[in-house]
Amino acid sequence: MSDYKLVGKDFTPPDVMGKVTGKAKYAEDFRVDGMVFARMYTSPMAHGRVTSIDASAAEAMDGFVGILTADDVPEVEAPNAAILTNSPAYVGDPILAVAALDEKTAEDALAAIKVTIEPLPFVTDPLDSLLAGGPDAREEGNVYARSSEGSGFRSVKWTRDQIDEFRAGKEPTGEFAAEWAYGDLDKGFADAKVIIEEPFVTTGYAHMSMEPRTAMAYWQNGTCYVHGSAQSQSFWMPGLARLLGVETKDVVLISENTGGGFGSKIGAYPIAALPGYFSKKIGRPVQLRVTREQEYYMGSARVGFQGWIKMGFGADGKATATDVFIIEDIGPNATGGDASSAGGAISMVYDPDAMRFRGLPVLTNTTPRGAQRGPGQNQIAAVMAPIMDKAAKELGLDPLDVRKINATNNETTVGADQHGITSAYLEEALNKGAEMFDWSNRRNQPKRNGSKVRGLGIGQGYHSAGTKGFDGLIRITPDGKLHVHTGVGNLGTYSYASTSRAAAEVLKYEWENCEIHNGNSEKHLPWNSYQAGSVSTFAHTRTNYVAAMDALRKMKAIAADTMGGEADDYDIDGERVFLTDNPAQGMSYGAIAARAIQLGGEYSGQTYPEDINEITQRSVQNLAGTGLVGVAKDNLPQEGTIPGLACAFVEIELDLETGRYDILDYVGIAECGTVLFPQGLAQQMKGGAVWGMGMAATERHVYDPQNGLPANVGYHQCGIPSYLDVPSVTRTGAVDIADPQNPFGARGIGEPAMGCSVAALTSAISDALDGHIFGRTPVSPDMIVNHVAGREQSFLPLQTNNF
Amino acid sequence: MASFDVMPDVQLYQPAELDDALNLAERFGDSGWLVGGGQDTYGWLKDRAKNPQAMIELNGIDALSGISETDDGIEIGATTTLREIIRDERINRDYSLLAQAAGRVASPQIRNVGTLAGNLVQDARCWYYRRGLACYRAGGNICYADGPESMNREHAVFGASRCVAVSPSDTATALVALEARMIAESTSGRRSIAAEDFFVGPDTHITQMTSLKDDEILVAVRIPSKWAGKRFYFEKVADRDVWDFALVSVAVAMSMDGDTIADSRFVCGGVACTPHRLTNVEKAARGKALSEESAEAVAGLASAGAKPLNYNHFKLPLMENLVRRAMRG
Repeated sequence: MSDYKLVGKDFTPPDVMGKVTGKAKYAEDFRVDGMVFARMYTSPMAHGRVTSIDASAAEAMDGFVGILTADDVPEVEAPNAAILTNSPAYVGDPILAVAALDEKTAEDALAAIKVTIEPLPFVTDPLDSLLAGGPDAREEGNVYARSSEGSGFRSVKWTRDQIDEFRAGKEPTGEFAAEWAYGDLDKGFADAKVIIEEPFVTTGYAHMSMEPRTAMAYWQNGTCYVHGSAQSQSFWMPGLARLLGVETKDVVLISENTGGGFGSKIGAYPIAALPGYFSKKIGRPVQLRVTREQEYYMGSARVGFQGWIKMGFGADGKATATDVFIIEDIGPNATGGDASSAGGAISMVYDPDAMRFRGLPVLTNTTPRGAQRGPGQNQIAAVMAPIMDKAAKELGLDPLDVRKINATNNETTVGADQHGITSAYLEEALNKGAEMFDWSNRRNQPKRNGSKVRGLGIGQGYHSAGTKGFDGLIRITPDGKLHVHTGVGNLGTYSYASTSRAAAEVLKYEWENCEIHNGNSEKHLPWNSYQAGSVSTFAHTRTNYVAAMDALRKMKAIAADTMGGEADDYDIDGERVFLTDNPAQGMSYGAIAARAIQLGGEYSGQTYPEDINEITQRSVQNLAGTGLVGVAKDNLPQEGTIPGLACAFVEIELDLETGRYDILDYVGIAECGTVLFPQGLAQQMKGGAVWGMGMAATERHVYDPQNGLPANVGYHQCGIPSYLDVPSVTRTGAVDIADPQNPFGARGIGEPAMGCSVAALTSAISDALDGHIFGRTPVSPDMIVNHVAGREQSFLPLQTNNF
Repeated sequence: MASFDVMPDVQLYQPAELDDALNLAERFGDSGWLVGGGQDTYGWLKDRAKNPQAMIELNGIDALSGISETDDGIEIGATTTLREIIRDERINRDYSLLAQAAGRVASPQIRNVGTLAGNLVQDARCWYYRRGLACYRAGGNICYADGPESMNREHAVFGASRCVAVSPSDTATALVALEARMIAESTSGRRSIAAEDFFVGPDTHITQMTSLKDDEILVAVRIPSKWAGKRFYFEKVADRDVWDFALVSVAVAMSMDGDTIADSRFVCGGVACTPHRLTNVEKAARGKALSEESAEAVAGLASAGAKPLNYNHFKLPLMENLVRRAMRG
């Protein structure tokens, strides 16, 4: 296919109207008869042990319905998150919930409950925990390493000298927990003309989804109906069933619209199961409403890094060696993995000849961490950009050229095993961006104007952008309509809709004759991937492609069976199947669908492929006999990493006297194969840009190490950029070269869209300050003012979760 | 720990006449809560961190709203919105310092409903205090923000006394610079308070930021003509262009005698519990021309006497820089 009817064209996703009119319903908007309101009591301290709960005063209140404690839900082994716990490990860890006839009574009940908690040692900065004699975030240890060889707690301590040397920017000599490498590192550094060595900190920060993770549940005939705030749809089902202690077939998930997840709602999270347990206990539907403050506590946060990197470059700018050590702040639940992903991103984007990664995941009593847009890749993107600039400066090269000589391409090999990739054109993206931005001319413009100085930056972002092996399910009904059943979640990226168009493309449908079924597992949805990791575009253009191809095969077979000849004698267009040699002889899609129902068997879903997932099987069983069913597992060939890449060019004007900077221009270029949905891509690039601007400048965790209290528990305090903090125009573009391993050439882009932005800004800040590297995100005005004034920063080197 | 966000039961009074409001204020005293735009009301109440018995909403009182001329300047009603101030022709002509300061308050949405009085009397934004901790300001006996490792980037470098919170109001700095007077009224009558005396530090009153009494309502702000049409400079440095409170701000009014400064008022926000006058800068500026040389000569005085906390010594050079910019002309 090269002349697409739908691919690469804009359209209006069906949920847009509801969102702009306010009619879209989120988990909190649903009500059912008899529903009661539940609210949570969470830990006021960073680490402790619940010794008693006295709910007698609450229970005596009019309107009080029930209480749910950790004793009512499955016990979970540390460090994993429980639905409710008697061993809270962060401020805001859920301890109990109460249900009442109205929310005010529920709040009154919470105020009347007495919970006694024995305090335990806590820590908010990994380095404080690593220091010999320092506190551990968990009684079992301060490090939790997850690996395929086995996961477990450890107690890892460094000497004060080791900590001090690390803070001083020296190579860490303390114990680590993970390591991988490739190539000859010593030779790589020996070959280098320039070696850059830098410490760095990237502070974690909240996901802050606009929709808190409110959920409502009730039981009917042994099935638990859950209205949840889910980032994924079908992918949630097995996990939600496990949390509820039932089989997947006994759960219905309704998640029609989701107000953001950003990685924090990829799979079913424990608190989503709380209403199910509560409902079972009290025999009434229960809505657990999560407040904005609680969403901050338990809504997940980006993993923080404290690290050291040493990088060698040849005279031509080629990266010869990289040695990186990352301590990752994995919060109380040991959720992370960002560090190794960061190492992988270095291998992909900068492609050093030799590389070593070492990592140490350290537990803290802070908000639980989770994947956040470009988890690992985007932190390291911010770190790497000024390093590339410094190397360029020392080598006398254009920073653009240093990026281009190392840019990911079709020959790039990645990771410890140096495996290949599907395709990549980062140099083309850099060229396109440089042209749009007019990089060469801007480099020659005057930099200083009074107290203001211009800074130019280039950033590069990467995340793997695809997966495989999921199912596609479509149906053509006798009215001639195409029904695309998709289990992709709807967290606002519209990929559930844009990937559905792949099926319509194959079958040459007019889009207005197509209907998407999504957002409710009772709508008979197939087993689809997590709506995360930038995978949906690649994965579900493939699933809808294979389902459509299955349907096409059946349609031609039905035509041959009905009108004679062989299936190969037939072609499709205009929503008809017709004889290629005599287009006048044919059947409408509606007639084909009616005939499929008559024929039964595989044509209308009475039988189906054995390799499809049980979730898809049940959906097909339920749809059987209602039309022509196309269903298949994505068994298309696929090998190598599927890269999503992006680059950004930015110009800032930094005021040396105030420490503030304005973003004057921003150009973001996507390298994501064929552009599937231009408007969607542009919005991804712009949204990612804004997020990167927040990470670069304002968003961060702040914890008081004296009491473990978080300083930022709301939108205002979290420092999310507003529309007046970002450029009014953000320019975007795309390389638009097809990837060979996707039927339409498409790959994902969500996460790199942000990484390139934060990286471009750390690069531009460094450029404005004559190459000074803060080695830290965010860079706030106080840091710039202190630097310009020649003052020490307020924080210790490598300190984190601080102002 | 509960997380409250449902509006609790509270009586709501919506008087249409000032006298009725004054009677209600007298009747409820410290258990009453005056409401204008509500931007520093509903958070407190929904969080159950403040638990008044009654809310007295002032928006229905026509006499409290609007901008009018007086014999010596202008009077701005308490419930006049910040947006109205920003767009007022007279203010922009004669007292643009206030318009500039009002224009940097919070966000456009908040400025649309937020009132001048609300901006002036808003409570401290110290995150420990807002969290509902029992600190000095909340009637307790500790300052969480002044510990050896406290996170206090946004706190005071001047005038701390047990509490280290800063005045968060942008318009307050401008009004102190303009020598405005605050008109407070109760059933006992009216009193006019110099803006500089209206705001009080923790050494005066640890749980209040203004000298308003429990039964008083701030009914208007009067700006004298003394500084009308003079030279002004306002700048606020915050993390973001929107929503954030000042890390440091400066409001400056200058009367010029030819090319030199005859008289001036330099007021910093975000550095003390009250708008902080830089009297030493004002003295040093007298007789100087606006120039780089003058800027260098006086800027260093801005931070003299400052006592920074763990995370806020950046406020010293920042204050100096803002003064420097005001003096350049």
